[in-house]
Amino acid sequence: MIWNPGIEQADRETIRAVQFERLKKILIHARDNVPFYRDRMAASGFVPEEMTCLEDIQKLDFTVKTDLRDNYPYGLFAVPMDDIVRVHASSGTTGKPIVVGYTKEDLETWSECIARIVTGAGASKGDIAQVAFGYGLFTGAFGLHYGLEKIGAAVVPISSGNTARQIQIMEDFGATVLVATPSYALYLAETAEKAGVMDKLKLRIGLFGAEPSTEAMREELERRFGIIATENYGLSEVMGPGVAGECTCKKGMHINEDFFYCEIINPETGEVLPEGEQGELVITTLSKYAMPMIRYRTRDITRLLTEKCECGRTTYRMEKCKGRSDDMLIIRGVNVFPSQIETALLGVQGIGPHYEIIVTRENYTDKIEVRVELTDEENLDNFAELERLRNYIGNRIRTICQLDMPIRFVSPNTLKRFEGKARRVVDLRNQ
Amino acid sequence: MYVKQISVFLENTTGTLAAMTGLLGKNGIDLIAMSIADTEHYGILRTIVSDTDKAVQVLKDAGYTVKLTDVLAVSVPDRPGGLNDVLEALADEEIGINYVYSFVRSTGNHAMVIFRVNNLEAAERLFAKHNVQVLSQEQVRGL
Repeated sequence: MIWNPGIEQADRETIRAVQFERLKKILIHARDNVPFYRDRMAASGFVPEEMTCLEDIQKLDFTVKTDLRDNYPYGLFAVPMDDIVRVHASSGTTGKPIVVGYTKEDLETWSECIARIVTGAGASKGDIAQVAFGYGLFTGAFGLHYGLEKIGAAVVPISSGNTARQIQIMEDFGATVLVATPSYALYLAETAEKAGVMDKLKLRIGLFGAEPSTEAMREELERRFGIIATENYGLSEVMGPGVAGECTCKKGMHINEDFFYCEIINPETGEVLPEGEQGELVITTLSKYAMPMIRYRTRDITRLLTEKCECGRTTYRMEKCKGRSDDMLIIRGVNVFPSQIETALLGVQGIGPHYEIIVTRENYTDKIEVRVELTDEENLDNFAELERLRNYIGNRIRTICQLDMPIRFVSPNTLKRFEGKARRVVDLRNQ
Repeated sequence: MYVKQISVFLENTTGTLAAMTGLLGKNGIDLIAMSIADTEHYGILRTIVSDTDKAVQVLKDAGYTVKLTDVLAVSVPDRPGGLNDVLEALADEEIGINYVYSFVRSTGNHAMVIFRVNNLEAAERLFAKHNVQVLSQEQVRGL
């Protein structure tokens, strides 16, 4: 089924026309209400009213994550606080998170985006959807939640964690749709198998996102759960989940192009690449009024598929993300930057300035460990003090990253030293 | 009359202890008493050695994190209840023990025990009062 055939099956000229009209409007809105965008447009002599085609947007500078940090918390909001009805936050690159806001209309837009994606994945009224994303400041759970309600599905907002209970609820409530990260879904599958309840589950659709997955993971999820496993994509800066999602053909994620204008650039030069080439995805929000994002660099590496899909939708699709053009890690669906960990370690007495981040996967669950050199001998004779120091560091990291990371002390001068760009992360997950 | 104890940070991996003792052995340093407290990922080796200054130098030069701590080396009668008498005396005076370990060697009918307590002076006075023999660094080295 197609939720909104009017736009999802529109011809390309219509889609471009809608995009152009909305782009012009949102750029004017951004200029008139956000000093950051006004100053940028003024500096480059860009006048939205004079735009003649979509590609004129290439004259504008990119917006990057640090721009959000520099305008923390509400500096990029384009409406008075009175009109904001929701605030979410996501990982920044250092200590502070980045903040996003939504008007009532923005939330409706968000639900519409999700409604299209979950419908494309095969969900409909009558489904019982278990949302195993963490409810909170992150956008994942709430995004899927309201979109699923919009199509008339019954939502079970169980949130993340407590795996045994997830399985119990899934069985007892007769959940037919699972919303989770693909790695957590695999762990759920294993737990259900061990509990011997797999054949009692009614699951038929998986809506997976918040972290990239491989085709091998998809196949395993489909085989073990007996479901259709689809992937969707989004990021808090531009909305949350709902930017794009796979239909049941599973050949790329359909982009909600009337809400998101996508460009692919060379991450080194910033040059816009021809259609079909692989590069970094840049998104401009076309109908987000609380906080428009103009040419936001997602740092995700992908490719746009432009040919019409077998499902009948005409919207462009994006491939599974192939990686990042920065050093961001995705741990159990949470975005983590090494620079955040560095911020947390900075100024802690007793440890050296070098650190190493080890990422592994056990039972399909990401594990992250931070290694620091114990340099201060003062506490050496006192275990309680050493453990206190370890806990203190762990707490600082949790405050900034929203994740528990075990801290491991190692001997001084044993972590690698780098002459050029430091490589602090050892990611062993795909080995 | 305190004895200098060396604490060394060691990662909890195979061979780290041997590497350290090997280094001391190569430099002619004798281990007189030692204990290891360990966690999942790291351990602390506490030791009394024949040449403290040299040992510290050698270890620091090799990149180890090292700390010196004052401890009491106590000669405890080697009979049932011998250690218990000392421990009870400490408890009566409300002197807390941080850790305790015994010597590699012993002298005749006495066992050598290392005490780290929260009040060294009080413990020393107490031992004197109870005629518990406390050894000097020189005496320890000579064992």
